[in-house]
Amino acid sequence: MQLETTGVSLTSVTLFAPMVGFFILLFLNKLSDERIKWGALITSLITLGFSILLLAQFKSDETGLQSEHIAEWIPTFGIYYHVGIDGISIWLVMLTTFIMPLSILISFNMIHERIRLYYLFMLLIEFAMLGVFVAQDMFLFYVFWELTLVPMYFLVGIWGGEERRYAAVKFFLYTMAGSILMLLAILWLGNEAGTFDVKVITEMVQSGALSFGTDTERLLFLGFFIAFAIKVPLWPLHSWLPDAHVQAPTAGSIILAGILLKLGTYGLIRFNLGFFPNAAADFAPWIAALAVIGIIYGAWVAYAQTDVKKLVAYTSVSHLGFVVLGIFSLTSSGVQGAVLQMVNHGISTGGLFALVGILYDRRHTKAINAFGGIWKVMPVFSGIALVISLSSMGLPSLNGFVGEFTILLGSASSDVLSIWFTAVATLGVILAAVYTLFMFNKVFMGPLDKKENQELEDLTWSKNWTELGALVPLVIMIFVIGLYPSPFFELMDGSVGHLVNFVHTVAVAGK
Amino acid sequence: MFSTPTFDELNIWAALPMMALAFGTCILLVADLFIPKDKKVYTAALAGIGLGVSLLIALLQASGVEIGDKSTAFEGIFVVDQFTHVVNVISLMAGIIGIMVSYDYLERTGTERGEFYTLILFSTLGAMLMGSSRNLVMIFIALELLSIPLYILSGFRRPMLESEESAMKYFLLGAFSSGFLVYGIALIYGATGSFELVNVWQTAVDILEGEGAGQFTLLIGIAMVLIALGFKVGAVPFHMWQPDVYQGAPTPVTAFMSVTAKTGGFAAMLRVLVTGLAVVSASQGKAIDVWQDSVQVIAVLTLILGNFVAITQTDLKRMLAYSSIAHGGYILIAIAAGGTFGVGDSSAQAALVYLMAYTFTNIGAFAVVIALERSERNTITLNDTKGLAQHSPLLAAAMTIFMLSLTGVPLTAGFIGKFFVFKAALEANLEVLAVIGVLASVVSAYYYLRVIVNMYMVEGDAHPVADKQPLALRSALWVTAMGTLILGILPYIMTDLARDVTLAIVGR
Repeated sequence: MQLETTGVSLTSVTLFAPMVGFFILLFLNKLSDERIKWGALITSLITLGFSILLLAQFKSDETGLQSEHIAEWIPTFGIYYHVGIDGISIWLVMLTTFIMPLSILISFNMIHERIRLYYLFMLLIEFAMLGVFVAQDMFLFYVFWELTLVPMYFLVGIWGGEERRYAAVKFFLYTMAGSILMLLAILWLGNEAGTFDVKVITEMVQSGALSFGTDTERLLFLGFFIAFAIKVPLWPLHSWLPDAHVQAPTAGSIILAGILLKLGTYGLIRFNLGFFPNAAADFAPWIAALAVIGIIYGAWVAYAQTDVKKLVAYTSVSHLGFVVLGIFSLTSSGVQGAVLQMVNHGISTGGLFALVGILYDRRHTKAINAFGGIWKVMPVFSGIALVISLSSMGLPSLNGFVGEFTILLGSASSDVLSIWFTAVATLGVILAAVYTLFMFNKVFMGPLDKKENQELEDLTWSKNWTELGALVPLVIMIFVIGLYPSPFFELMDGSVGHLVNFVHTVAVAGK
Repeated sequence: MFSTPTFDELNIWAALPMMALAFGTCILLVADLFIPKDKKVYTAALAGIGLGVSLLIALLQASGVEIGDKSTAFEGIFVVDQFTHVVNVISLMAGIIGIMVSYDYLERTGTERGEFYTLILFSTLGAMLMGSSRNLVMIFIALELLSIPLYILSGFRRPMLESEESAMKYFLLGAFSSGFLVYGIALIYGATGSFELVNVWQTAVDILEGEGAGQFTLLIGIAMVLIALGFKVGAVPFHMWQPDVYQGAPTPVTAFMSVTAKTGGFAAMLRVLVTGLAVVSASQGKAIDVWQDSVQVIAVLTLILGNFVAITQTDLKRMLAYSSIAHGGYILIAIAAGGTFGVGDSSAQAALVYLMAYTFTNIGAFAVVIALERSERNTITLNDTKGLAQHSPLLAAAMTIFMLSLTGVPLTAGFIGKFFVFKAALEANLEVLAVIGVLASVVSAYYYLRVIVNMYMVEGDAHPVADKQPLALRSALWVTAMGTLILGILPYIMTDLARDVTLAIVGR
């Protein structure tokens, strides 16, 4: 199928901005370490700038793709370079471009070895993740999807902790196993539809020009679903996550939790709902059940951890369970809440990993028992930690609450899920408060009885500007989203509404 | 009896790349006698020029320039179509890069003898001819032309024991498999009365559909041809020779034959199995399943054995030997797909794209081994790659690209190859085969990643191997690494060449 090609759009500019910096750092190999760091930071800030422009010119009244760029790539086989954004992907692009400068900044004083290689991989992973969110061709999507593996594998494997090699290989193999089945699903779908273009296939599915038998649709659904579920990760496919998270360097954990996991949930919305509404409705209760188990399981296991970083890692399993529950409630508010919660989780869990990283950098331990009473010596740091922890646990007026509340609202009003899912998930909110406060209490409150902790110094702008520079924007965003979430919903309303309406008319209404 | 045909009747110009290479090889054979022993660089350069001229013509033909009629030559035993052209391009590129990685090695190991290059050229010619024959006898001759130089090349490091052992093993088993081929051809001839593939298959359909007496003879014949070609490409269970031969042969020879023997073998396999069938299918509107199941079984065995045994290897060369067995398995998936009606062309395209990608990647990976061997060690174990990224970042980066490409990670050529292979498999409704194929590539990721882990994530006690390699080897590394990346990012370079490949035979 032939597509009209278009000129370069802002989406492409944003996507390739990190690669410009990448090649500059790659070819100017006499740069001093200091310049390499700044080069990477400036590149990611410029990317952020472009994405803000992208947001500014986003038209919220359109449901389809905007700022599209279509160019020929492998025309013989109907494969195009096709990128564009809609109300869902714009927020994930923003999340990526927002988190990346902060991860680069916080690495300034934490990474001391093989600096050039490190920042090259940081820029490469930004490119790959942005690519996943803007790609509108399945082949292109898969290319970016797999490409995210390579830099993250190196980031964990080279700059990670003690068990880094094991964690890196496990991460790579686990995710590859899932995604390679998606490759087959993509090929199958491409052969059926005669095109790899996401937009065209979505239109064909919505107009009824492309329909599958029940079994075929379910198989294809599962092909995509397994890849995404591993990435999310959905219980019981989560076992790579604690290893990778704990072993990754601080910025690696921030990226992993903040952005990389959202690749999976984004894929669920874009492909599983967009292409296979019937199968989505059929499987919704089952998947929601896994999500709810994940919520409870993640919270439970997090509570039992003695290692702060592992605790935070398991909270991701729990929080992402909420997101999946929201998506498979197949309601507008559920999906909107899920998208917002993806952003929220990126900010708050990214922040938690940053906090853990800062503590580890000073104390070289992550054991909860090794801390206590930190507030007394590090009041500013602890204050920030309090805000981020409360955001993660979903305190009203902070961002986490808005997302979780909307998701629960969606799942409660869902036609495909019984009320019990919501009830059990709400229990997860309470458990979140338990483990978060437990952790906060143990680390920051109580007596300052360890000698090493007494020597800790608080963060100050003059000495720790990189760490503060990474944390403060997160805190600001926590309040912005928490107090004034409506612009976020307004922009995604059109795209989400369109998608959910379609799923409803095709699948849910008939049941 | 026979009247002597004219050049035009033979359509000799269509075979210009082969003619040019054959001519060049003969000149080289004579010229080398006058080149003194310490100036063998001229022999290498001459060989390179011969291959280069031939490659140029082949590329022109492949991109649509008409040189000679685009049909058949030599009274029909020789087909000139896009398939021929692409096989020519692949074989010639393998030859050129093969010479680039050899020169320094020969000098270093004191095996600098001029006939090395002549043998490489003959073998390349053999691979090219295998892609263009549509006559069983011709295939046999081409196979021998491909193989005999390889037997000699494997033993080129005499008196090194491993090298001699490698040559002996390869020769004995190779001769045995040639016997299979000849016997198979004889049986097929006995059953169908023809050597011409088209006639063979057309008669074969009648025999197989009827209750004719020749059925058994014919099937045994086809099986024997399949076995002989399977031996050549190292398909399980005919792969036993491959690890020992690859490990013992001089590394540049391993690099060269890992690609050229496969190219020739698979080209012939596509011709014999898929072409004939494409013709039959076209005339009858359906495919008859004679060999698809067998090829599927062989593909699965090859994938599983190659990948799983590669995991246990500690010697890098031997690991790559098993890995190339496994890669044969992916190409076999493409060939199996060709057994389904209407998928023949996709199958040939996928196999050729895969071979192109594999050519750059695999020779490149062996080139890294050659570079590592420069620190005067005969065997390179996985431990020798430890810490490579610290002291030779470029070499490590190149190896990373090759390993990722062999794994099939996007933006490398290897991914494009896999993509088209699996696409063909799904078009042919071989879902199970495709699933086994992708799972096998996850297994393969494990041992390829191990090399990267060693290079980047382990502190090295390895011998320092400077990034500074001799010019020819360095260029080869750059060409293969960049080739792997460029074909991965701009795959239309490969796919456009392969697009017009069709296996239906033109002209009679």
